[in-house]
Amino acid sequence: MSESQTHQALIDQLGSELVPVRRLLPPWLRAAGWLLVVALIGVLLVMHYGIDAMLVRWAGAPDLAWAGVGAALTAISASWAAFSLGVPGRRVSWAWLPVPAALLWIAASGLGCLRSWVAPDTEIAGMHQTMNCLVFIISFSVPLSALMIWLLHRAYPLRPVLTAVLIGLASAAASASLLEICHEFDAAATDLLTHALAVALVVGINAVMGGRLLSPSHRS
Amino acid sequence: MPHTLTATGFMSLDSGLGLWASADQSVTADFTVAGDSESPDQRRAAWMAAAQAGNRQAFERVLTDSIPLIRAVARRQGVSQDHLDDVVQETLITIHRVRHTYDPVRSYDAWLAAIAARRAIDALRRRGRRDSREVHDEFAMDSHTDSDDASAATEGAQRAQRLREAIAELPPGQREAIEQLGLSEHSLSEAAELTGRKTGALKVNLHRALKALRERFNGEP
Repeated sequence: MSESQTHQALIDQLGSELVPVRRLLPPWLRAAGWLLVVALIGVLLVMHYGIDAMLVRWAGAPDLAWAGVGAALTAISASWAAFSLGVPGRRVSWAWLPVPAALLWIAASGLGCLRSWVAPDTEIAGMHQTMNCLVFIISFSVPLSALMIWLLHRAYPLRPVLTAVLIGLASAAASASLLEICHEFDAAATDLLTHALAVALVVGINAVMGGRLLSPSHRS
Repeated sequence: MPHTLTATGFMSLDSGLGLWASADQSVTADFTVAGDSESPDQRRAAWMAAAQAGNRQAFERVLTDSIPLIRAVARRQGVSQDHLDDVVQETLITIHRVRHTYDPVRSYDAWLAAIAARRAIDALRRRGRRDSREVHDEFAMDSHTDSDDASAATEGAQRAQRLREAIAELPPGQREAIEQLGLSEHSLSEAAELTGRKTGALKVNLHRALKALRERFNGEP
């Protein structure tokens, strides 16, 4: 049997197994669905904690507001990029999409580090409080990552680890944005380090676990 | 009278109607009539859109049309002539499995090329790993004493036993294909006669069985 006949036999076989399929929703729409869940959690947190404390804190330290905006934009762009990379043929440069927002997030958070020198009277976080931040970010990131991996289960990411890193970044950024609503103290070096540690943990765990879950071999 | 739908028409209709591929979308579509202004990519996009809706003829056409593209991508990735057809087969199976991820408003060729490149890289990695495990040293070959080495013989027997167990756990169709084509070394047509299955089915089942066994023993797709 020649190779062309073998290919034809395979095509006949695959054709005989053909059934109509439900097309994958566009990446932006699936990202919007995930972000809607994040927004709903945000609404619940605002209902519980109120918004006044956050606005007062932001008025006193605008860099915190910028950090919050940067985290929210990172969550939006990273989730969009993750869903885009789940579709074959999309450019890998999508992975760069969250970088500007992440830089804003990091830079604005970094300004908080100077606070203890610039404004020594500002209430800064103690070790106990920073541990709460760590627990908050991780405990919100885990279900948000799981939700995104589930939303990607019909997709076919050709770069599973990179996609998983973006999932981790989106989840950690979304959790940090939500944390802004109930963050009871100002940013400081310890706090920033805790956030960075939490984000690194979430991204790292996703890269290891998510990469496996998303890899084609696991799902075929 | 059948409704005539060109690729461009199909793509705009698709984007207008949105996200669901319904079976009746293409049943009456005469996708064989393509406009002169259509590029081959648009034509293939229309076929794949019809295939997503369950049109077998369109699906077989788009797969047949994809073979030269897959070969070109695999060659560009550095796959040798001997292994091009393996990459073609793997890619065709993958296209079938992930056809729902294609968005007809975008380029079919870009979607196909990405999948083919992935399958080509997988094939190269598999080959690289296999080569690295093989021994080419002449001295090693001459002084190899596996026939006298009890531990090597035991290890070989254990490996064979593990392989037999793995084959026994395969789904019946795959097990049959690997027994007929891999172990008994029957040709495709002989195996088809013996089992009463189509050669295409045997080929697909053999590919799936080998893939499952590779994953089990090497942890690779």
